[in-house]
Amino acid sequence: MGGFAASIRRLRTARPSERREWLFALALLTPACLMLAVFVAYPFGRGIWLSFSDTLIGREGAFVGTSNFVKLWHDSIFQRTTQNTFIYTAIATLLKLALGMAVALMLNMLVGFKRVLRASMLLPWIIPTVLSTLAWKWMFDPTFSIVNWILYSLGFINVRVDWLGGPVAAMGSVILVNAWRGMPFFAITLLAGLQTINPDIHEAAAIDGASAWQRFWRVTWPLLMPVTMVVMLFSVIQTFADFQLVYILTGGGPANSTHLFATYAYQIGIQTGKLGEGAATSLAMFPFLFLVVAFQLWYVRRGEGR
Amino acid sequence: MVAGAWWKRWLCLYLPMGAVVILTLFPFYYMAVTAVRPDREMYIPWNRPNFAPFWTMHPTLEHFALLFEETLFARWLANTLLISLGSTLISLFCGLLAAYALARLRFPGGGAMGTGIFVTYLVPQTLLFIPLGDVIRTFHLGDTPWALILTYPTFLIPFCTWLMMGYFRTIPKELEECAQIDGASRVQAMVRIVFPVAMPGILSAGIFAFTLSWNEFLYALVFLSSASQKTIPIGVVSELVRGDTFFWGPLMAGALLGSIPVAFIYSFFVEQYVSAMTGAVKG
Repeated sequence: MGGFAASIRRLRTARPSERREWLFALALLTPACLMLAVFVAYPFGRGIWLSFSDTLIGREGAFVGTSNFVKLWHDSIFQRTTQNTFIYTAIATLLKLALGMAVALMLNMLVGFKRVLRASMLLPWIIPTVLSTLAWKWMFDPTFSIVNWILYSLGFINVRVDWLGGPVAAMGSVILVNAWRGMPFFAITLLAGLQTINPDIHEAAAIDGASAWQRFWRVTWPLLMPVTMVVMLFSVIQTFADFQLVYILTGGGPANSTHLFATYAYQIGIQTGKLGEGAATSLAMFPFLFLVVAFQLWYVRRGEGR
Repeated sequence: MVAGAWWKRWLCLYLPMGAVVILTLFPFYYMAVTAVRPDREMYIPWNRPNFAPFWTMHPTLEHFALLFEETLFARWLANTLLISLGSTLISLFCGLLAAYALARLRFPGGGAMGTGIFVTYLVPQTLLFIPLGDVIRTFHLGDTPWALILTYPTFLIPFCTWLMMGYFRTIPKELEECAQIDGASRVQAMVRIVFPVAMPGILSAGIFAFTLSWNEFLYALVFLSSASQKTIPIGVVSELVRGDTFFWGPLMAGALLGSIPVAFIYSFFVEQYVSAMTGAVKG
């Protein structure tokens, strides 16, 4: 708030030319701020109110204190959902990082075909997620699964695998598709980071006798850390708040075992019409998201200070 | 560089890279094959000997015909296009002006506002969709294209602003200063000098924003209800799945047609996509 007081003071003592600049800035910022105030800030406040009320679709509710949150706390599906979301985020993000890093390193080593490969690699990220996820759902179909056929033909399995049928298999499949979709983002961004590393450093390390493995962990990894960190944090937020993959592949099933916060909030708030409880469910994401964003801001600032 | 024997290059580079490319592209290939596969061939259990999943001898357009004759697919296509263009234009307009102010002008509270935009950029759609749906109902915008044209900018404006701020910083300030010395006003310098130079950045932000709105799912699912108002992702999912029955042929045909416009734009602007993507995560 000290900044605010200082701003007020500067407003009073400003020269006319400075004031003109401020007015110009104000005019330029107005459209964006207006849109964000009406469609982000206001809904956010409204969401907080809803989560403390018993509002249903079409019926304004009354203030009920923390009872929505208390109810969620004791709800076994919500507990499962919380556990799922953290497992999903952790495994999928690490998988994407490992695969993305491997692909970025390989792309960086390639001489020809680099552009074509990079372009085709990005497709899962560009194509509407819902539509590609539908293709995956069809590939996982219990009766007509091509994944089963391929694994059977190659001799890996001899019985039918129901990829989306059991809680563990379904969670695994959803994580797999998430990694498939999100890996390109890691690969391309990390590749951009790799290309800024001066090859001379690698050469010097090689001359000093460092093996490829050592060069990666001692040279590439630390130099790439700022990029890795930012990509990871972006991905953690997106994965944590994911909706589409689970909605299409399992719908939260079988028996509510693969819900994430967002799909469970949708089920309660939209499908059942309990807006208050639904808003509380999606706001349950807020503390974790807040921590990640705060960490990211701190990390970016730290970089600026140097 | 992988030094050494040729087989080492193959083992550590070409083979894994090939496997990655196949795994990356296979779902799209399978989508395309399914879209032209006749129904009588489609529903053969995978462990039968005549299961031939990778190709079809009798390609058909029946699923595409069904899509256009028995669903409102053409309408969905038009809706998606209108909504994506509308929300992209609004976001570019707001984002461009805000980015210029934040990157170029000195004013009290500017730094805090930049941080605010960045934080908004990070807010996922799933956090606010329930209250936002409620707000849309309050404004009587539910089940109209405006519900999406006005709400997609909530994630597109921060994205465009962030991207353009980075781009404006790479344009030397002297450019505008020269223009102003030559008698141009501040606004003229911005519109006539800086914006044209920033065109590649604007293009990047624009096509990426267009793609993001084309692909959006959750808001469209929650804010639209009647079949004639739907966008492609929602229309395909809600009208071609009845209970537990999935009409896989038309579903994959719809998925393919819904992907082609984006893939088409993408094929022309790969570099812009990459720069938007890597630029958007830079601090």
